[in-house]
This record gives sequence, structure tokens and C-alpha cells, in this order.
Amino acid sequence: MPFPDPATQSAVLLTVRLAACTTLVLLLIATPLAWALARSRSRWSAVLGAVVALPLVLPPTVLGFYALLALGPQGWLGQLMHGLGLGTLAFTFTGLLMGSVVYSLPFAVQPIQHAFEAMGPRPMEVAATLGLSPLEAFWRVALPLARPGFAVAAMLSFAHTVGEFGLVLMIGGNIPGQTQVISTLIYGHVEAMEYAQAHVLALGMVVFAFAVLLALGAIQRHAPRSVA
Amino acid sequence: MHAAHTASDSHIRLRLARAAFVLDVNLRLPGRGITVVFGPSGSGKTTLLRCVAGLERACDATDACVAMAGAVWQDAVSGVFVPTWQRSLGYVFQEASLLEHLNVRQNLVFGLRGGRGDALAHRGLQDAVKLLGIGDLLERRVDTLSGGERQRVAIARALARQPRVLLLDEPLAALDRSRKQDILPWLEALRDRLQIPMFYVTHAMDEVARLADTLVLLEAGQVRACGPVAEVMVQYLSAGGDEAGALLEATVRAHDAAWQLAEVVFDGGSFWLRDSPVLEPKRRVRVRVLARDVSLALAAPAGTSIQNQLACTVQSVAPDAHPSQVLVRLRCGTATLLARVTARSAAQLELAAGRAVWALVKSVALVE
Repeated sequence: MPFPDPATQSAVLLTVRLAACTTLVLLLIATPLAWALARSRSRWSAVLGAVVALPLVLPPTVLGFYALLALGPQGWLGQLMHGLGLGTLAFTFTGLLMGSVVYSLPFAVQPIQHAFEAMGPRPMEVAATLGLSPLEAFWRVALPLARPGFAVAAMLSFAHTVGEFGLVLMIGGNIPGQTQVISTLIYGHVEAMEYAQAHVLALGMVVFAFAVLLALGAIQRHAPRSVA
Repeated sequence: MHAAHTASDSHIRLRLARAAFVLDVNLRLPGRGITVVFGPSGSGKTTLLRCVAGLERACDATDACVAMAGAVWQDAVSGVFVPTWQRSLGYVFQEASLLEHLNVRQNLVFGLRGGRGDALAHRGLQDAVKLLGIGDLLERRVDTLSGGERQRVAIARALARQPRVLLLDEPLAALDRSRKQDILPWLEALRDRLQIPMFYVTHAMDEVARLADTLVLLEAGQVRACGPVAEVMVQYLSAGGDEAGALLEATVRAHDAAWQLAEVVFDGGSFWLRDSPVLEPKRRVRVRVLARDVSLALAAPAGTSIQNQLACTVQSVAPDAHPSQVLVRLRCGTATLLARVTARSAAQLELAAGRAVWALVKSVALVE
């Protein structure tokens, strides 16, 4: 059998595509969430923080179960999509993407939130006294200063999405070429006693995870202070 | 107090309850020079300055108002509250405030409109760079600067926008003594050359003596005194204490090279003091005359070692910290001097308001 075989190839490509899209969507969603959580002192922000952190502690099957209900033909999201003529979401790439975004949300929000908090209120005050509107100050001060937080958020989101399994299995269904990613493919190989193929993919995952963690350490060592 | 107010005067009326104090002020301040807000830690100085800048919002008073050099920034009656970024001000923070992701030049042009590329050609920026002597630092990373250099860059950055008002919150507090001495002359230069009013918060007496034109004493959020620095210092900062004394503005007039002395003249007379290289002819200086260094005589004495003798009029005689002593206020031209003498000599000389006396000044210190 030639290597990499078509199933492996498409699973790797799909995994990378899913992780990249998830990371992109997450950075867009997580930035305003992280800003609100870092700045607000109301009790609603504590509630919001807990909701964002839920995926950290829930088993992926719980998320997958609710996602399946929501995305399925009878689910509210499924109905909505159907009404808009976009077809059903369960067992599609878009459905998988939506599930992944929820699943990895805390991994994107928390590093960015911590970066905003570590910055303190002073840089934004400095910007205001120099005549920058809050929006300008956000672009020219908060975002550049929180750059290490964004790098960490992106890497964690990507890596965490690559490593998801339970959720993908439940809402993706492990359809080769459509929703079969590396983790579910490994599962399939093991089920079929194809240990050699499982080994190759598993080892690849270990190397990837190790590289990500090394890079994270490097970012954190070089993170600058915000004012001097 | 000031007889009349002009449109460019500043008016600050604020009230804000805090855990440690209730800030409650109603100030009218001149439209130029340095107004120093002086008080112990926790007296609300920084809060007052932050409220003026709009970084905090004090609206407990129904007549809350911040009008700076002709611009109304807050007015409870008409419901105006201009956000900080729309106020034409420069603000220098107590500690680090340079943006770490930018170098010195980028920090300086940061607040200028469209200010990235050729903004160095900007007039206000050029002046600020020259005024604070930071031309050599422009391409440096901010984390390579010393504390004193950072504060000079921060002041230049605030000035570059050519603001209406410059607000400084204890800009020297985080610096050690020698750095402080490095930067004080730059601040004096600002006072002498800038046309805009400056509000300067500090708890350091030497900064008051050296920089203040107008002095506001703040205690537990309340204004205890407000007026020209010499008056307020004599009136309120003199009770008890070895440091009781007067502050005088003077100009260097002559040098006696043979005896290493310099003469400074003020409105009311002149003093000889130890010569120093900083006493260049015609330079404006401040001198401090401590009450304990001033003796009194009814006639100009002959045959005394004391070089400085001034004709004065007694304004008042007040009890001092110890019952054996009194503090005598003297009018000398338009200046006020203080003398600490024993209560017995005050009685023997029949010191009372209106009496003409000679003040014998044993020592005069240059404030630097």
C-alpha cells in the first residue's frame, strides 16, 4: 500500500484545515470576549467567564451531544440553517467547525484575557492623555502589547483542535474525506487492528504536540512588559 | 489672593468620596506658571489631578466643574463631560508610562495626528525635544533608558501635542536623589519658557520651593491654603519646625570675587551669599531664609559680623511651638520674612505690628 495512503492524506489535510479555520474564527470571537472579561468588574463578567470556561471541564461528549441536537434537522440551529436554505450542518465540515470553536473557546480567550490584564490600565490611560480615542487606543496600544497572548491563543487553539476527538466523532461521524480527522482515523485504525498505520499517525501527533509546547515556552520567556 | 480673574484662569470644583478621604475642592488658579498641589500621601492629590484629566469622574457635587485655561471640560450644570482623549492636555505619570513596544521616537510621535512618518518635522515635537535635551535618545529602545531619561521623554511626549495644560503627577517621586537633581533644571526651564499653565503634584518640599509659583495645600481631600507660593509657605508651612522660613525670588546682581560672595537682589533689599558657579549674572534664583537664622534689632547695629541687614516692618507676632519663642512676620518691600526670637526679647523690644526693625540675617540658602 502506498504511503501516505489517500485516507491518511485527506485526514491530515482536513485536520489542518479545520484547525486553521477554527483558530481564525476563535481569534475574532475571543478578542472582544477577552477584553470584556479583562476590563469589566461586574458580576456578569464572572458568569461570562464561567460560561467561556465550561468546555475545559465538560466531557467532549456532552458538548457533542448538545451540538448534535442543535445542529441536527430537528435542532434550532439546524432548522434555522434549513430555513435559510443552507442545508443541514450535522456531519458536515461547517458543523465540525462550529463545534470546534465552542470546544476550544477557553484556550483562545484565556491567554488573550491574561495578556490584557497583565497590561494593566496604564497604557490605555497614556493613550487617552495623548488624544487617542478608545478604539484607536485598542488598535495601537492594547493589541500590540497583547501580541504574545494572541500568539499563545492561536497556538493553543490550533493544537487543541487538532487533538479533539469525542466531539468530532459525535457531530462529524468520521466520514472519510468529509469529517474524518487524524484523531478519528487513528481510532479507526486501532479498531481494525492496523497498528502500523496507527503508530505513524500517533507518533506524528506526539512530535507536533511537543513542538507546540516548546514554542509556547519560548513565547512566554520573551513576552515584554507593557510600559517602561 | 488674586484680585481679578481672567478668562484664561482655571476653575476646579470637584467632590468625590473615597474610602480614605472626601475630595472636596473649589479652586481658582492663574492661567500660567506652575501650580503645585502639595500634601501628604493619601491627601487626594493624585485623585484631584486624575479628575482634572478626566481619567476619573468626580460628579458628587451638583456644581462640579473643570475649566482649564479657557476650555470647559466638565460642567455638571450643562451636563458636559469631555472624555480624556478629547481634552487638550499633557499628562506625566508618576512611574513608567512609555509604551514598551515603541522606541523613543515612536513614543514621541505617538500622540500626533497622522503622526508616524515625517512627524519629527512637527514644530511642537522639535521644541519639546530641544527643551528636554533628548535629541540623542530618539532611536533608543525605552527599556535601555535611565529613570530620569524616561521621565524627560514622557514630559516631551506630553508637550509635543502642544496642549493647553500640562499635568504632572509626582514625576520625580520614583527617581533617586541624583536623578532628581538631573531633571529639576529641565522643569525650571519649562516654567520659564512655556506659556501654558502646569499643575504639579508632589509631597516633596524641595520641589515646591524650587518650582511653585502658586501653591495649593491639600489635606485629607480639603484645600487648606491656596495662593502665591511665598505667602502660603510663610503662612501655613511655618508653624513650629526647624524648617520654618521664607522663600524669596531674587536676581543675581553682583559678585565679590575677592571674598567669594555673590549678591542677589529682591524686592525689599539684597543679600550676600556664598558664591557658586550657578549664580550667573542676572539669573533668577530662589533663596530660602530660615526663621531661626534671623535676629532682630531696633537700630542698624555697627560692629557686627552679620553681613545681611534689612529694614523691615513687623506685621505680626505669633506664638511658636515652644512657649519661650515667638514667630515674627516681617514685611520687607513686598516680600515677607520670618524671624524666630525668644518671647522675652519680643517683649523687651516691644515688638508689635507696625514697628520698624532691622532684620539681621545670618544665613541665606540658595534653593537648588
